[in-house]
Amino acid sequence: MRRYVIRRVVQAAGVLWAAYTVAFLVLDYLPGDPVSAMAGQGLDQTSTDPAQIAQLKHEYGFDKPVLVQYAEYLGRAVRGDFGDSVATGRPVTSTLADALPATLQLTTAALLLAILVGGGLAVLATYTSMRWLRQVLLSLPPLGVSVPTFWVGLMLVELFSFRAHLFPAFGNDGLRGLVLPAIALAIPSGALISQVLAKSLLNTLNEPYVQTARAKGAGRARVHLRHALRNASLPALTVIGVLAGQLMANSVVIETVFSRNGLGRVTATAVGSQDIPVVQGVVVFGSFVFVLVNLVIDLVYPLIDPRIVVAGRPA
Amino acid sequence: MSQMVDEGVAAEAAVGLGVPVEKGRDGAGVVRFFLRRPGLVLSIVMVVLVVLAAFWPNLFTSRDPLTGVPAQRFQAPGGAHWFGTDELGRDVFSRIVHGAALSMKATLIAVAVAIVVGGLLGLAAGFVGRWVDDVLMRAVDVLLSIPALFLSLALVTALGYGTMKVAIAVGIASVATFARVMRAEVLRVRQATYVEASRSCGTRWYGVLGRHVLPNAIGPVLVLATLDFGTSILAVSSLSFLGYGAPPPAPEWGTVIAAGRNYLANAWWLTALPGFVIAATVLATNRIARALDGEWTRR
Amino acid sequence: MSDSLLSINGLAVSYRTRTGRVPAVRGVDLDVRPGEIVALVGESGSGKSTLAHAVIRLLADNASIDAGRVEFDGADLTGLSEKELRTVRGARIGLVPQDPGVSLNPVKRVGEQVAEVLRLHDLSTRRSTPADAIEVLERAGLPEPALRARQYPHELSGGMRQRVLIAIAIAARPKLIVADEPTSALDVTVQRRILDHLQHLTEELGSAVLLVTHDLGVAADRAQRIAVMSRGRIVESGPARDVLDAPSDAYTRRLLASAPSLSVARPRTNPAAPAPAETPLVTVENLVKEFRLPQGAGAKRIVRAVDGIDLAVRRGETLALVGESGSGKSTTARLVLRLAQPTSGRIVFDGEDVTAARGGRLRGLRRRAQLVYQNPYASLDPRFSIGEVISEPLRAFRVGDRASRAERARHLLERVALPASILDRRPAELSGGQRQRVAIARALALSPDLVVCDEPVSALDVSVQAQVLELLAELQADTGVAYLLISHDLAVVRQIAHRVAVMRAGRIVETGATDELFDHPEHPYTRDLLAAIPGGGVHSRHYEERT
Repeated sequence: MRRYVIRRVVQAAGVLWAAYTVAFLVLDYLPGDPVSAMAGQGLDQTSTDPAQIAQLKHEYGFDKPVLVQYAEYLGRAVRGDFGDSVATGRPVTSTLADALPATLQLTTAALLLAILVGGGLAVLATYTSMRWLRQVLLSLPPLGVSVPTFWVGLMLVELFSFRAHLFPAFGNDGLRGLVLPAIALAIPSGALISQVLAKSLLNTLNEPYVQTARAKGAGRARVHLRHALRNASLPALTVIGVLAGQLMANSVVIETVFSRNGLGRVTATAVGSQDIPVVQGVVVFGSFVFVLVNLVIDLVYPLIDPRIVVAGRPA
Repeated sequence: MSQMVDEGVAAEAAVGLGVPVEKGRDGAGVVRFFLRRPGLVLSIVMVVLVVLAAFWPNLFTSRDPLTGVPAQRFQAPGGAHWFGTDELGRDVFSRIVHGAALSMKATLIAVAVAIVVGGLLGLAAGFVGRWVDDVLMRAVDVLLSIPALFLSLALVTALGYGTMKVAIAVGIASVATFARVMRAEVLRVRQATYVEASRSCGTRWYGVLGRHVLPNAIGPVLVLATLDFGTSILAVSSLSFLGYGAPPPAPEWGTVIAAGRNYLANAWWLTALPGFVIAATVLATNRIARALDGEWTRR
Repeated sequence: MSDSLLSINGLAVSYRTRTGRVPAVRGVDLDVRPGEIVALVGESGSGKSTLAHAVIRLLADNASIDAGRVEFDGADLTGLSEKELRTVRGARIGLVPQDPGVSLNPVKRVGEQVAEVLRLHDLSTRRSTPADAIEVLERAGLPEPALRARQYPHELSGGMRQRVLIAIAIAARPKLIVADEPTSALDVTVQRRILDHLQHLTEELGSAVLLVTHDLGVAADRAQRIAVMSRGRIVESGPARDVLDAPSDAYTRRLLASAPSLSVARPRTNPAAPAPAETPLVTVENLVKEFRLPQGAGAKRIVRAVDGIDLAVRRGETLALVGESGSGKSTTARLVLRLAQPTSGRIVFDGEDVTAARGGRLRGLRRRAQLVYQNPYASLDPRFSIGEVISEPLRAFRVGDRASRAERARHLLERVALPASILDRRPAELSGGQRQRVAIARALALSPDLVVCDEPVSALDVSVQAQVLELLAELQADTGVAYLLISHDLAVVRQIAHRVAVMRAGRIVETGATDELFDHPEHPYTRDLLAAIPGGGVHSRHYEERT
């Protein structure tokens, strides 16, 4: 068990290193000349003075060979130093750390909402014997994955802030300010969980062991909740692993819509001002969240299904 | 279980009597198939309309999407302007119709990038196997570990703004998914008995690949492509909503909504109706993907 | 009627499909008396499983009971509510399902799953349940029940899992047990032990058994009465001896005639073996195949699937390789065809060492040695037409042009007794037997010297099995092709093999001429195998009359 965890942590570190490399390739190598890009397309369109560029290049180390740059950057990144923001001059790490709590609040709330409502909807839809109710419930998730998140956010603002005056339209204040953005963020994720769980439940209910349980004289609810649900929850768990990173990324859109401060806002601003170090930090951080959540989920799998031994990922 | 067995009877009986078991693919069967699925028909109509709008916007409207009539600012939806008018008096419906060209072009490019790059990677990994598979799939794992929108944003930061660049950024972000599905399908088909049977009767590797593996593996990839079409519409519109797409006067769908956002309190139609169009288009492509999925798995 | 425990009258069940209602059971009458074993025999699709499940109303969602009554202990089960049914299922009627591999909940401990029946029907208190469950497992003949109760289904072998399912069925001491093909997924030796135990248990409990099976041999061994089902109807029923000895229905006669397990005593259909003096077509020397297991907790990481075997196949003869699942027989077949790489040893094909052949020489082997797979549903590309399937080997070796290949395909179809009209059909439109004929036609397309048949009939219904075996023998007589026949079914082997090699745990334990080996088996394992054949005790007089 301990060896397994150690191995997984090493693997996770490997993925993070690779993610950093991808971010480096995309952001520092692909533009060819990031300083010109920064200087040319930044806030100030006119500042293309060659001397200034040369000076900037030297400052950021872009005049060195790529591999040397990469090694230097990686060395600093390992120590948690992703450089300074081009736009504000503050260290990237502390910029992200300051913005993180608000976003963490938002994404955690959204994830819980998505699991509860999405999972509940799937269980209810597959349990009910009323055809019309099942039809109605099963038609909701496809709708949920089809609507643009930003639009849902705007519509919620229109309905619940401007018309009903129930919740604030923007800002970070308290629990009331969290409600609308969390709902908007949770809708596509919850819909996805719901789709996957419902499909998996329907498949599981056709398994022969479910028939064995019915042949024992077990009732509908017992078969559904005690036998089928646990077997059916693995695919949904896998989806949650993917969603964790996506929620983080979608906060870029939602925080923009609701003018909330947070990691998403920081990212949107950084992309807008071509603030490469910040974007790089965000990409690596997103990958970190994904790796962390999936590490936890991999450890949960064997608790749900004893066939999955800790030695490897589910087949 | 017993159902399967007993459906087998019918097939067996029919064959025994020399009657071919028809799969219902004759004309009447096709009509019945669609009559029972009005939602699917509606979805196909929706997608056809959007594609027509993308190529021949003048079929739907004769109004100019870029120049407005200042006297007709902020008119609510009605007979004259189906979707109302915006702050410059431009017809919103016309903007959406003309915007389809930009948004569809971006989406198609994104899907094409994903399917070509991802498909080739997956095919190579699945068919060649061994170290090629290991290397490619590790790379894909890494790409998957970066949330798609973050990866797109990084690419936009590097490449700059514009419809084309957004499209490429969105396409590359879904390369990994395509590579995975393609590889899984190739592996599944490669292990199928009929592939070994073909190999054991002397077919060369390229024959096996071209005649057995690709045709049998491509189905789920096409389904994914249809699904990805919807996902890409959403991703492209998100990026253009954030302001990284075509610069303002251009009526890209996400940009139109972003512009309308400022007048949310007094002109709801500027955001609500374009959003409806996006949602309906995505819903339609998802519905079609579901139908294709059913067809492929039942084949 | 009053002495019946279960009395089915005019039962009709149908399935709702996309093309309309498909009847599966059409007006069936059947009685089971207390304590009696009644076998319901039929081929796949006969509706026997549907009938068995209709008794406890455990049918698929798209199935419905259209007419008839199912009287059990005086009450009509078709009229009960779901809630009332729950007091019958498990408590008064137990079910032993078909496939032990998938019929236990994979995420619950074995003990819990047995305990559930006891708790559901208030047969033990919360406190005493675990101990009671272990006791039931012990009664079902599971070794070390206390240990097993704490394990999960995947940690048990197929036979043990089937015993757990039997434990679940008998836990409440029901009056009737419905056993749906309870052992057809298991090896013969395990099958016999389990059926013995089930029979013994039900005698002890006084339970009646409705035994659903496709295997007349099993029915003959176990049942007091037999009902034969075909296309949704019971075509014949009566005391077992009467049905077996003097079948009145044509279908029953056909089934009896083709049941290989009942015809072990039947003379071979193939002519005498060719002269042994000739040099063998294929020689295998000291062949070894090791598989490396994925890193697991177990100590042993390398498994020897084939452990140093020698064998020779002569021209024009059929050599059968017999063994239970996991004995390494299929691996051997794949090694001979070079579809898998041997770890060590030598394979000589027609005087040429092909152990490490590559490129052109390997293609030479491919041209002269072909394979017929077990599962005709999987071995034909679903997208190919039958014509394309058959001419694929010709195409691969660029034999002839398009027209001559089509002509050859038509000719081959004729050889395997299929109409040329199916050339444009897809495999999905054919029955299992027809598909296997197509696979045989494909194997013969290049006129090979050797065809390896890997369980060629085990996926087919018995009446179809006999036809395919006859076809194989006929083709051999005509073309002089040699067969390496892989099979677990001794009855099949006896029908067409000239010589037999018995394989166990990667080694060949005994080789000999077919009659010799069947009549005077030397190795104890061979004797075990022969004794375990169901229906072995029944020497159907039917055959003696006819032959």
